[in-house]
Amino acid sequence: MDLIVCIKRVPQTAEAEVKVDASGKDIVKDRLTFDMNEADSYALEEAILLKEKFGGTITAISLGPVDAEDTLRIALAKGADSAIRIKAEDFGELDGSKTAAFLKEVIKDIKFDVVFTGCVATDDSYYGVGPVLAEMLDVPHATLVSKIEVADGKAHVNRELEGGLIEHLQMSLPAVFAVQTGINEPRYASLIAIRRAAGKEIKVLGKGDISSEPELKTTLEELFVPPVGKRAEIITGTADEVAARTAEIIKEKGLV
Amino acid sequence: MADILALVEHRQGTIRDITYELLTCGRKLAEKIDTKLTGVILGHNTESFHESVKKYTHRLIVVDHEVFKDFNAEVYQHALVDIIKKQNPFLTLIGNTAFGIDLCPALATHLGIPFTTDCIGVEITDRKIRVTRQLYDGKMDAHVQLTESPSYMLTLRSGSCPAETGSLAAEIQKIESPITSQPDYKKFVEYIEAAVGDVDITKADVVVGVGRGIKEQANLSLVEEFAKAVGGVVACSRPVVDANWLPKDRQVGSSGKTVKPKLYIAIGISGAFQHIAGMKNSDTIIAINKDPNAPIFNDADYGIVDDLFKVVPALKNKIAEMKR
Repeated sequence: MDLIVCIKRVPQTAEAEVKVDASGKDIVKDRLTFDMNEADSYALEEAILLKEKFGGTITAISLGPVDAEDTLRIALAKGADSAIRIKAEDFGELDGSKTAAFLKEVIKDIKFDVVFTGCVATDDSYYGVGPVLAEMLDVPHATLVSKIEVADGKAHVNRELEGGLIEHLQMSLPAVFAVQTGINEPRYASLIAIRRAAGKEIKVLGKGDISSEPELKTTLEELFVPPVGKRAEIITGTADEVAARTAEIIKEKGLV
Repeated sequence: MADILALVEHRQGTIRDITYELLTCGRKLAEKIDTKLTGVILGHNTESFHESVKKYTHRLIVVDHEVFKDFNAEVYQHALVDIIKKQNPFLTLIGNTAFGIDLCPALATHLGIPFTTDCIGVEITDRKIRVTRQLYDGKMDAHVQLTESPSYMLTLRSGSCPAETGSLAAEIQKIESPITSQPDYKKFVEYIEAAVGDVDITKADVVVGVGRGIKEQANLSLVEEFAKAVGGVVACSRPVVDANWLPKDRQVGSSGKTVKPKLYIAIGISGAFQHIAGMKNSDTIIAINKDPNAPIFNDADYGIVDDLFKVVPALKNKIAEMKR
């Protein structure tokens, strides 16, 4: 099978303090670590599992700055055969639709059975790239995908709905699958594989390679810290003091 | 002024709560720009909820066909392309749900209209739309302007516009379905119910929720011992299930379970809105997280900003002492 995985390099903000930068439109990134978007790493693993089962090739594509090549090299080390970076620095502001349109420009010239994306990016929390790309490529899509089984050119696909319910679909290929986290166990790249991937060529596409710059559907005006809701009463002190006060609260509620 | 359209969401014969939130949001926006709200039901034998939806809308379009019994984004898209082209709404509202996420981006792209997903606020000024969205794991809000257009589409996050009681009385307009069978390339097969586990976290008085901050599977024993001391059950947020450290039936949140215990203790959980949706109605919430700006502190009653690996053992000991 010929498989394509779309990968985004994002700042890891789940466990970090996040601040607005001077432009008011971005966050302060110099102290943050960057890595493959979480859902994208599950998408990549799903592609590798399909390749292991059916053979074929995996092309990893990222629209991003030059640093995105580090993330593409991780994909190469894990099992992608080739990698393409679309130079974000050649183009202006991006949004999900414009990103999908760039990906389409590159993917339309590649033969594929499945295009994988993550179902959402943790930085812009945008759920649209996969399904928009599918619409542009004129192939069916499924989002929030939690299981894929391919047999006889058909895919049986599970989607994760609210409350733990699963929707089971039957789809034909080629298709775009936007993968939910938890679908598999993403592998780690071995040191040898990382070393090998360091020497691989990454194809870089810029302004001259892409016929037209797609338009934005949305423009970010400003970022701000979310307004605080009722806000918890913060218990302060040493770990011991905090524990004593908290234990009292639990006792007051009649729970111990 | 063109209408605002809102899609009624239903599943397994029951209307989804997000519908009333969407309709409330849509009605308020319609009043502001002096237009009407049109509800759209694509379904089969949905009469049971027509009366309640009518109260929330000025007009109600009903397309009744067996093909809409279960959700299929391709089928919905086919029908909605038809409806939107005929009705020319100013704005189409869809829930940011598993259904809405599968439907809106491709539908809006097909129609060539600006859209965005997961909005928590919507403002209309001079026929332009500005939304509020949450970025960076819910740690930042953003104002986002949609590119000016005669028509827009948005998905609205559940919980961002609380449903109010409806007092309208829409007339129903029935439309023939433009589609009568599912396409071969995407067919709904069945719903699969979640597996039942050994512990029912929805029945416990005390729930100890653990999140990404626990770092390693081996550290879970710390939380298990603490839960035992406090007489609670161990639940978790999504990353812990994704890593296969706890089974899916322990997951609290919109794609997992909703719990309302007397006490919920969130350990190393930053508080993604999906998690909050599953525990915000607990009687008392205590959160332990080292990031003072973690969103969990907006919904907790008590917060401890410290290293969970220091606080949790200390708290376990205090509670054990108390019981002696």
